Formats: sequence, C-alpha cells, structure tokens
Amino acid sequence: MSPLLFYLFAALTLVFGVAVVVNRNPVASALSLVVSFLGLAALFVGLDAYFIAVIQVLVYAGAVMVLFLFIIMLLNIQAEARRKLNVIACVGGGMLTIAFAAQLWLVLQQFDAGKSAFRPLVLPEGQKSLDDVRAVGTTLFSTHNLPFQVVGVLILVATIGVIVLSKRELK
Amino acid sequence: MTLTLNDYLLVSGLLFATGFSGVILRRNIIIIFMSLELMLNAANLSLVAFSRFNLTADGLPNYNAQVLVFFIITVAAAEVAVGLAIIVALYRARQTVHVEDINSLKF
Repeated sequence: MSPLLFYLFAALTLVFGVAVVVNRNPVASALSLVVSFLGLAALFVGLDAYFIAVIQVLVYAGAVMVLFLFIIMLLNIQAEARRKLNVIACVGGGMLTIAFAAQLWLVLQQFDAGKSAFRPLVLPEGQKSLDDVRAVGTTLFSTHNLPFQVVGVLILVATIGVIVLSKRELK
Repeated sequence: MTLTLNDYLLVSGLLFATGFSGVILRRNIIIIFMSLELMLNAANLSLVAFSRFNLTADGLPNYNAQVLVFFIITVAAAEVAVGLAIIVALYRARQTVHVEDINSLKF
C-alpha cells in the first residue's frame, strides 16, 4: 500500500472515530462509525487481507450499523440536550486517554522489531494474485474447526437470547 | 519512505484510545456501545497488521491471525445483537438511555 493511501485512510478512520465520540446526535455518531469502518476496511485491503476487508464491510458497515440505526429510530432518541458536563469525569477521562496514547507512543519507540518495513509476499507458482479466501477457509475448517463450531453455537444462543429479551413480558 | 508495522500499531492504538475515551466520557449508552465497537476494531487492525508482518515460511500472511479476526467479528456481531436487545429492554423499563439516570445499584 502506498504511504499516501495509508495516511489518507488512517486519517479517515481516526477523524471519524473521534466524530463518533464528540457528536451529540446519535444518528450522526452511527453514520460516522460507518465511515470509520470503511476506512478500516481500506486499511485491511492495504494489508492484503481481502476477505477480512469484505466481511468488515458486510458485517460491520452493513448489518451492525443497520441494527444501531434501527434501535436509535425505535427508541426515538433526540440529540442530547446540553446537560451540565461533569467536569471531573471529562478531565479525568481526557487525561486517561492522553496517558494511554503517550504510553503507547513510548512503547512503540522502543519496539525495534516493528521498525522494519513489510516484506513483499511470495506468491505460489502459477498464481497471479493472492488466494486469500481459500487460505482463510482452509485454516478455519482444518486448524480451527472446533472453535468455528463453538461460534456457531454462540450465535444460536445469541439469537435465542435476543428473542427472549425482546418479548414484552419476561416470565 | 516505506510503511512499517509501528505505523499500523500506532493507528490501531489511537483508535483504541478514541473508543476508550468514548466509553469514559459519554453518558449515552448507545454511544458507549459504539465506542466499544471501535475498540474491538482497533484490536482487529493490529491483528491483521501482525498477520501481514509475520510471513510464514512460504511467504504468505499468517492466516491464523485472520481467522482470529473472523472470530472477533462474529462474536462482536452477536454481542451487538444481545447488547441492543438489553438496551431496548432497559429503555422499556426506565425510559432513558443515560447511564447517570440508571443508579438503582448506586450506594
């Protein structure tokens, strides 16, 4: 990935990530989240993870965001009235975040292994492009077969849980 | 000027910090939930960057990391569904989405 594109999409992801936090209107926050996820998907493409990029767009920018927008619409949430800001919480939260970012910066300065550039991929004989989906699928169904089935059960449990929770009266 | 692993890790960490600040600063429970999603995605970005950086012996990305990202996305989708159902149930019981108004357990 050319550095220019990386900086463009990284900036897109981060700016709209901040927009999620600072917007007072939940709908604007949700739409900023979509743009942030799309920028992230572009970064995944730059890292040659095409399958992950596609499911990022399908699952997050598609399904999850529709769910968020539906709930915002269902609950009929208006833009927040200007409440009195809790100064201690704001200052404390801001300082915690800055401390975290500074610590991360210091750690990355000392992480010498990460300062080398990405090596180029070596494609197998006779392949013009990376066979990404096949490789992920092979790993998923061979090495990680049991976790895959456990995740299937998890989704079933989540589905049942959502139906039970959404019933009008819990018995 | 070439990209290094640290560039991606820095973006991932800053995205995580953004989500973290959202969880702490915001009072609207739906925004807090969106910030949680941002944090999960920051973890995904660093995993994919490591996957591309640690090439296997035959020069392909390490697909174990991408399978882990696949699992994270699946679990996050299930989590969103259950979490939003809980928020709807909460709204029915209390008619509010502000965490400051939900203080029955506060000492």
